[in-house]
Amino acid sequence: MDKAEILKKVNDVFVDVLDNDKIVLKNETTANDVEDWDSLHHIQLVVAIEKQFKIRFASREIQSWKNIGEMIDSISAKIN
Amino acid sequence: MPTFSELKKKLKQDFSHLESIRVALLGDTATPFLAQALRGTGFDRGFNLRIWEADFNQIERQVVDHESELYTFDPQVIIIFHSSHKLLLHYNKQKPEDYAALAGNRLELISRLCTTIEGRLRSTIIYYNYTEINDTVFGNYANKTEASFLFQLRKLNYELMQYAAGHPNFYLCDLSTVQNQFGKLNMFHPSVYVNSDMVLSIDALPAVAATTLDLVGAFVGRIRKCVVLDMDNTIWGGVIGDDGIENIQLGTLGIGKAFTEFQYWIKKLKYRGIILAVASKNTESVVLDAFDRHPDMVLTKEDIAIFRVNWDNKVDNIRQIQATLNIGFDSMVFLDDNPFERNMVREAIPAITVPELPEDPADYLEYLYTLNLFETGAISDEDRERTKLYQTQALRDSEMEKYSNEDDFLAGMNMLSDVESFNSFNTPRVAQLSQRSNQFNLRTVRYTEAEIGKLAGSSDIFTFSFTLEDKYGDNGIICVVILKKETDETLFIDSWLMSCRVLKRGMENFTLNTLVALAKEKGFRFLKGEYRQTAKNEMVSKHYPGLGFQPAGDFWTLDLDGYETRKTHINLK
Repeated sequence: MDKAEILKKVNDVFVDVLDNDKIVLKNETTANDVEDWDSLHHIQLVVAIEKQFKIRFASREIQSWKNIGEMIDSISAKIN
Repeated sequence: MPTFSELKKKLKQDFSHLESIRVALLGDTATPFLAQALRGTGFDRGFNLRIWEADFNQIERQVVDHESELYTFDPQVIIIFHSSHKLLLHYNKQKPEDYAALAGNRLELISRLCTTIEGRLRSTIIYYNYTEINDTVFGNYANKTEASFLFQLRKLNYELMQYAAGHPNFYLCDLSTVQNQFGKLNMFHPSVYVNSDMVLSIDALPAVAATTLDLVGAFVGRIRKCVVLDMDNTIWGGVIGDDGIENIQLGTLGIGKAFTEFQYWIKKLKYRGIILAVASKNTESVVLDAFDRHPDMVLTKEDIAIFRVNWDNKVDNIRQIQATLNIGFDSMVFLDDNPFERNMVREAIPAITVPELPEDPADYLEYLYTLNLFETGAISDEDRERTKLYQTQALRDSEMEKYSNEDDFLAGMNMLSDVESFNSFNTPRVAQLSQRSNQFNLRTVRYTEAEIGKLAGSSDIFTFSFTLEDKYGDNGIICVVILKKETDETLFIDSWLMSCRVLKRGMENFTLNTLVALAKEKGFRFLKGEYRQTAKNEMVSKHYPGLGFQPAGDFWTLDLDGYETRKTHINLK
């Protein structure tokens, strides 16, 4: 799966979990850019993404991403 | 079961019309998701849970500090969640010679917290028991080693049950069972725990919230009292009308084992006080013959309060059963293997619970276990006798049909009532009636066992429990009244509630005569009553005017001067 497809699926997860269909993620997007993306929702997002891609992130990874692009890199490394 | 994400979306719904319950949630790990799951699940059950969540790891401070937010909030329910993980951390920090004292010390802490709460609040306490963690330090030998964590954890869970058995206001919510159903790998998500200090996985939250809400529901009288059973392919395999009695699958025949074990489960429910009824499309004599003659039938005719075996539709039969038992549809469960019948009943009677039984009868029990349908806040001796009570009720009904007028019928019943104040013997049943009575209940004030105990000691409060027996049998305690002194002249009727089993027997008149006698003896001039409307107590909306009370604003008063003793066929025992 290429990174554009992953981004699209991650976007869907964000829309669902944060219940906001106006969200449009880009690689540069950070938590500051998305309404409601706080530390609590972060956990919920991470678990939903794990489920979506049938993967598990390491504890260290969960706190390491600086933006969406890095999260996509982590996912890509696990599924490809 | 809904997902956590679905539950969260419900938080945006309008809760304002739902029954409001103040719940305090105190945990030694982070609990915001649990709080959201509880509130979302509450919405589905018709509750507006107003949850106050203590700051992280503040259990002891909140309880010990009498000025804390906990006491200001004055919750009706307090949920305390000590996690196994924090217990393990605590164990890890002990000196090895202290390991074996872990369970004892923790129980002492819990007991101290609860005693403090009970001294200051009327809250009911829900305590989550401990999910199992085996640190494998001792291997299987942990089971022979008192100092092992596993030994201490299981001991603690056992001791907690003992403690709960002796403390009416303290309830355990069985988190350990949830973990057994889910598996530890699904219940606990290590990376989430490390990152957020939450010990319940997002997938497990709906199940934890559901079982917690089962308990909360039971506290406010949301309990199921009756199971309506289909026969063919539900309690035995095969179609008895086609296959014949000797070919239905029960016992060792075919997959009979599944049905036999299912029947044992139903029988245990009956022993516990759940009423059993039968609604089956069959020829009645064929079904009764199986009950009489089949050697592998576990259920007997005496276990069943009402048989509705005919070719009418099940909706009508269930309505008949409901009318005879005089209970709400929401306290009934309908078990039928046939999806068509299930859907028809569900559509016609939305309040009834209709489990979606799996296709394979071998799966029935495991599936039903997960639903936790029969939560309760209390068990009394009466529960075990309930089937007999309803069977004698059926006898009374048929006797009554013989009389042309009700008065003659009642006169011939030889009715006696035993009247007592609350005492240690009648407290469990009084509390149960207070928790469960929805229809004949004037103000629907719920009292727990502990609160009933406290009332008995007050000099400004007069309490009454009434039994009713007749020539067919003893109904036990069926009516409860609590009077509170309001002024030197006036006694306020704080509670008046009655079991619907004894409607139309003149019990209201007998009760009022008793209240008036006591009030006069104590020098009061007025009885003052109030009707507080709920979704279920319409039947008593005209209760006070019907008994001669005069309207006085939102209340009703009865002047005891000139009170004429009301006619009744009930005599004091």
